[in-house]
Amino acid sequence: MKIIADTDRCVGAGQCVLTEPELFDQSENDATVIVLNETPEGELVEKAREAMHVCPSQALSLEE
Amino acid sequence: MTTAEKHEFPMARTCPFAPPPAYEEIREEEPVSRVRLPDGGWAWVVSRHEDVRTVLNDRRFSADRQHPDFPQLVKGEAASRRPDEERLLIAMDAPEHGPARKAVLGEFTVRRLEALRPRIQEIVDGQIDALLAGPQPGDLVDSLSLPVPSLVICEMLGVPYADHEFFQEHTVKVIKQSTPPEERWAATGAIQGYMTDLIAEKEENPPDDLLGRQIVKLRANGTYRRTALAGMGFLLLVAGHETTANMISLSTVAFLRNPEQLAMIKADPGKTLNAVEEMLRYFTIIDVATARLCVKDIEVGGQLIRAGEGVLALGYSANRDPRAFENPDELDIERGARHHVAFGFGPHQCLGQNLARMELQIVFDTLFRRVPTLELAMDIDELPFKDDANIYGLYQLPVTW
Repeated sequence: MKIIADTDRCVGAGQCVLTEPELFDQSENDATVIVLNETPEGELVEKAREAMHVCPSQALSLEE
Repeated sequence: MTTAEKHEFPMARTCPFAPPPAYEEIREEEPVSRVRLPDGGWAWVVSRHEDVRTVLNDRRFSADRQHPDFPQLVKGEAASRRPDEERLLIAMDAPEHGPARKAVLGEFTVRRLEALRPRIQEIVDGQIDALLAGPQPGDLVDSLSLPVPSLVICEMLGVPYADHEFFQEHTVKVIKQSTPPEERWAATGAIQGYMTDLIAEKEENPPDDLLGRQIVKLRANGTYRRTALAGMGFLLLVAGHETTANMISLSTVAFLRNPEQLAMIKADPGKTLNAVEEMLRYFTIIDVATARLCVKDIEVGGQLIRAGEGVLALGYSANRDPRAFENPDELDIERGARHHVAFGFGPHQCLGQNLARMELQIVFDTLFRRVPTLELAMDIDELPFKDDANIYGLYQLPVTW
């Protein structure tokens, strides 16, 4: 599985970082998403799904 | 086919713990329907969770509050607007909105805010010290709910806290529904004028606070304008002031009314952040403020909405939609409530949301740990709820301990 982040859509709410700081961070400049690990495994897969679900700009998608 | 407008908006809450009763009827029977507005016009209300998210995250809906066709929730509001009014972030659309928002958003990253945690804890402890040292009953609004977010946002922005009474007084006028439009604009102008003067003072030697850093950053990319930054400062100050304050007061009442829920966060502070999300969902203190103007035809929930028509995205209805939340009228801090729309949704979603989350988390953990005997000093029915404000909350909250 691969995490795809659309930084143009991203509104910098940081919901993904709150969900899993091992997978996501925010740019210091404009708070948009930085994916730290694009190909999560194990328990982190569920976290990636949760982050996608709560993202307020629907900027995250998962390629199965 | 929907024709007549059955309901008038905005609708007042009749119970502090529930949306206006008609919301359920609208959501279940006619989820996208026409309602009458105070100025005699009409707008669509959108009431289901999925549809509210669509409206708030689709570019076919504009946030341009200055547009003459934008749905007005206060009679006479449109006529009182000045053509030279500074366009605030909340009224911008793409492509203007993104860069303006992102210019300030770096100040609100999770990491940046986490660094403020010890200082916020200190502020909360200081206010609780003062409450406990004062007479009983004490007013929680005055001693804790208002000063905590106010002190925090003042420090962040670099606004002298000594001036808080001035902008508190004007903020109340800005958000009260019964304030005549002229007075509302005078109050808005007073705060923006104050901000403009403050920013002018910071220009020569920009200090290391949010406004100072914005001056440096915006100058560097050639987009600095004093009045635009004053508009941003105004938004952050007003938004950072009343919203969190009301959530602190209302949630305190809800916790005291639901001791089994309170016991859970006292036993395990790891649950507090989830409780914060649930409180945000449960009260949704800003509801109809998420209005939009349709700028291109679009179908929402099976209903065609045409360009030029106004839409009210009912956040409180969405947050009580059983399609999105099981037993939505129950307060359950253990439910996963993170997909609520209490902070809005889409490009305009509250940019201070993670600051609010942290403030609420620290307040709840600290208040109930340090004051385990906290009790309301007045019947819930007697409490002065803000039935007349655009941001729901409490004017006072008398407590004993």
